[in-house]
Amino acid sequence: MAQLLIELFSEEIPARMQLGAARDFERLFGAKLTAAGLSFDTIKAYVGPRRLALHVEGLPTQTAAVTDEVKGPKESAPPQAMEGFLRKVGLTQDKLTLENGVWMARIEKPGVKTADVLGEMLRDVILAFPWPKSMRSGTSTFRWVRPLKRILFLFDGQVIPFELEGLRAANLTEGHRFLGSGQALPVTDFDSYKQALIDNSVILDHADRQTIILETARAVCAEAGCELIEDQGLLEEVAGLNEFPVPLLGDMDPQFLTLPPEVIKTSMRTHQKYFAVRDADGKMAAKFVITANMQASDGGAEIKRGNAKVLSARLSDGVFFWKEDNRAGNFDQWLTKLKGVTFHAKLGTMAQRVGRIEALARDIAPLVGANADTAAEAARLAKADLASHMVGEFPELQGVMGGYYADAAMLDPAIADAIRQHYKPQGPSDSLPDGAVSAAVALADKLDTLIGFFAIDEKPTGSKDPFALRRSALGILRILRHYNVRVSLSDLAANWYRTLLIYAGEGRSVYVDTENWRGSAGPRWAEGHTEVYKTYLEEFSQGLLESPVWVRPTERDYDLDLMYEHVPNVPEVTDAVLAFRSFAQVGAEFEDFMADRLRVQLKDDGVRFDVIEAVFALKDGDVVRLTRKIEALETVLKTPKGDDLLAAHKRAANILAAEAKKGALPKAEPHVLPGAPDVEMALIKQINLTRRSVEAALDQEKYIDALQEIAAMRHGVDAFLEGVLVNADDAAIRSNRLAILRAVCDLSGEIADLSKIA
Amino acid sequence: MFAPNFRYLQMVMSSEPLSFQDLILTLHSYWSEQGCAILQPYDVEVGAGTLHPATVLRALGKKPWKAAYVQPSRRPVDGRYGENPNRLQHYYQYQVILKPNPENLQALYLGSLKAIGLDPQLHDIRFVEDDWENPTVGAWGLGWEVWCDGMEVTQYTYFQGVGGIEVDVVSGELTYGLERLAMYVQNVDNVYDLKFNKAGVKYGDVFKEQERQFSAFNFEASDVATLKRQFEDMEIQVKRILATPNSLGYPLVLPAYDHVLKASHLFNLMDARGAIAVAERQSYIGRIRDLCKACATEWARQEEAR
Repeated sequence: MAQLLIELFSEEIPARMQLGAARDFERLFGAKLTAAGLSFDTIKAYVGPRRLALHVEGLPTQTAAVTDEVKGPKESAPPQAMEGFLRKVGLTQDKLTLENGVWMARIEKPGVKTADVLGEMLRDVILAFPWPKSMRSGTSTFRWVRPLKRILFLFDGQVIPFELEGLRAANLTEGHRFLGSGQALPVTDFDSYKQALIDNSVILDHADRQTIILETARAVCAEAGCELIEDQGLLEEVAGLNEFPVPLLGDMDPQFLTLPPEVIKTSMRTHQKYFAVRDADGKMAAKFVITANMQASDGGAEIKRGNAKVLSARLSDGVFFWKEDNRAGNFDQWLTKLKGVTFHAKLGTMAQRVGRIEALARDIAPLVGANADTAAEAARLAKADLASHMVGEFPELQGVMGGYYADAAMLDPAIADAIRQHYKPQGPSDSLPDGAVSAAVALADKLDTLIGFFAIDEKPTGSKDPFALRRSALGILRILRHYNVRVSLSDLAANWYRTLLIYAGEGRSVYVDTENWRGSAGPRWAEGHTEVYKTYLEEFSQGLLESPVWVRPTERDYDLDLMYEHVPNVPEVTDAVLAFRSFAQVGAEFEDFMADRLRVQLKDDGVRFDVIEAVFALKDGDVVRLTRKIEALETVLKTPKGDDLLAAHKRAANILAAEAKKGALPKAEPHVLPGAPDVEMALIKQINLTRRSVEAALDQEKYIDALQEIAAMRHGVDAFLEGVLVNADDAAIRSNRLAILRAVCDLSGEIADLSKIA
Repeated sequence: MFAPNFRYLQMVMSSEPLSFQDLILTLHSYWSEQGCAILQPYDVEVGAGTLHPATVLRALGKKPWKAAYVQPSRRPVDGRYGENPNRLQHYYQYQVILKPNPENLQALYLGSLKAIGLDPQLHDIRFVEDDWENPTVGAWGLGWEVWCDGMEVTQYTYFQGVGGIEVDVVSGELTYGLERLAMYVQNVDNVYDLKFNKAGVKYGDVFKEQERQFSAFNFEASDVATLKRQFEDMEIQVKRILATPNSLGYPLVLPAYDHVLKASHLFNLMDARGAIAVAERQSYIGRIRDLCKACATEWARQEEAR
């Protein structure tokens, strides 16, 4: 068994690409080995700023001979097919065998020396390496992430003859750019490779570098009586920027502590890749941890001094932005600026987006128990900070800065909170917005994103979800469930369509073309006060749900213009600046999309798949009710009553299914026929009683109670089926007994389709 | 690898840090040793050293080319009336272009840092990913910003495309921010305190008044209508010059490119005045890029033919 060691030594590989490159190297080369029939014990790739390495243990030095069986034409196939097949496999017909009327060829492949095939594998992997971005260098056409300098290629202690773009593989590597010997280092195997690198100040393993950084950074902080603010993403990035990490504790000018801690932290992280530090009482400390790639001869004094200076310059910019942003009238100025910022070419400006969110938040507020005016005002201000200096510099501080500016402007704390929190949750592990106003704005924000992009037909496909609509959907579902928001998804989509009135203004009108009328709302649509006008407005709003919606340029300034007369061949809208697909289409797509996301969410919560499908079969758009039904069904199914529930349903459903094959089933209600056996009468009575208690339980959303009531039917159903012959000769009796069974099945029909339960 | 030349070592050894002008002279001398033509600044206002035809046009075609020069760079929007210690509306870039990029360019570059007194044994020098792009001239490349103790001192780029055209031969481009570098070498916190020379002249003595007046001009006194008209004139001129028959028998791409540079600077001036609406911005940049592309395409064609 032999060892393979490859190192591709290059100029500095971007930190963000390193871990992905290691995974790709391992996966691609591993696949090549496997495809060539070369088994191995372990394969591991290593990556650092200047090298991508691969270490494979337990490779055979020779592959076994293999026989490939190739299926040829059928015996009955025309001769041309046989000729083609013989050409393909390079055999004559007498070498083929006939198996079950099909010609088979056996192709013997002799074993090969592993060393002879590795070169081609490496070439294939290098030439097709999936770097996110690659470059050419000099006059070469070869692409790599940055210029490739050396190839180390050892198998079983020997250099594999290999040449690529004038680089000849050898047994040589290099150490740290400044701390190493500056000489090429010969190695014989993985252990000597790793040792040569350590001797020349290179820690090969990314994970080892992370550990060193984290532990040393914690230690230098502890020595100074403070604590490192840990940040896994930054740790990974920094480990990709160092071959020999040396964390140093630097001093920040304390005057900058007046800045919000998020600003200091983000500036440190984004611009300088420093870790932030907190002091003993948990406050931001006037310190930072820089991870140098250098054991400097002065112990790092110059490095600390230089970095502190750069940080001061950066934070001075922060102070400038903070002062500028906190001027009086800031929110109004920002909102004006948002009129000039395009959100999406097909959805219009950020200001228009704010208009939609504001209208939506007002509609949603009562559903989450928030004051409508407060929610609308919070929504109006929520995006303002996008135009601020600080968010321009640090986009990831959106919302956070708005919250600070709202506090500084002495706005209602509920509004400041909503500005801060309305982007939440930003992922499955992020917390939910806290407070009713925040929830209303968060919901409005996400609904607008999701339905807006659906309305312009920008839906996620496969792995492509450029607007993170799946994340918005999961956020909506989590908020709906957590805040028990009782609303149908369809109504939410309808609310969004009603907000489209906001597009009317300054030379634009909103136009709809329903089955019965066409009409537009012009710039001054909101100004009418007469009763007739209000009726018109209501009708127009309804029209937004009954037609695609266009935004068109207009020079007229009438308010509302509804035309009922029949005009044949109304010209198509060709002058629209924006166009939205109809609510009928988008609403349905939105509901399906949300249902799919909810399925995923529930599955992640550990809910049984068949339970989900049983309840989803009813197409309930009220997410809260849907999930309560699912929870109830899951609970009952875990008890003996669950067996009763399923057994009763199953017996009844099986008979109905069998009888349905003979002809349409009766639709009548069951009734007591003269001379009916006791078990039949008893079951009808039980059905009627159960139906009443189920209805009562459903009214109060006590789904467990309802299901238990239905489960209690089992004995009645069993007794009935054992006591009577459903398929009676008398058509009226048979029909009635089928109706009884149907009624049994229907009892659970408002909760779940129990036939989906496995 | 690279062996430092004795003359630079002498400079490094002398204990006093380099003055601003000595920094330039040292880089000139260093890159001259590497075979670069030492050029003078281009005499049209530009926003960056890359825009000098010695870089942007010479990067096209197959002919080898090595040059180094100082380029005054104007960024009207960065003016701070001489009051910000780090920001200037007019500053200097030191630009090196080597085509094709030599195999040991990183080592050559590190040699230049040593030459100006940045000892890599004492500092933390890092190559941090930064893929450079200049949308107005349709140029892009892969490379790094080079950090010295966390400060970006150089933009290091392997040109992949210029004027919207993928390059035949890759050039290595180094852009040093001279003021920053000098502030670091001299350990001063305010750009105006930089020693300009050894005879007591400060950077502020030379440039402070210029920063004050041009900041006021850029933000307050320039005339938007004039700028706009001039921009449109330049745009027309570029197209006209490229299309005008002349005794050489081929389009006058170099004069046309000068007019692109002027258009680009006029756009920057309008931008500083806040006269470019967000929605217009992309369209203006697109117009300049189209002009630049027309010149680049024509230049590449002429280079091919020469």
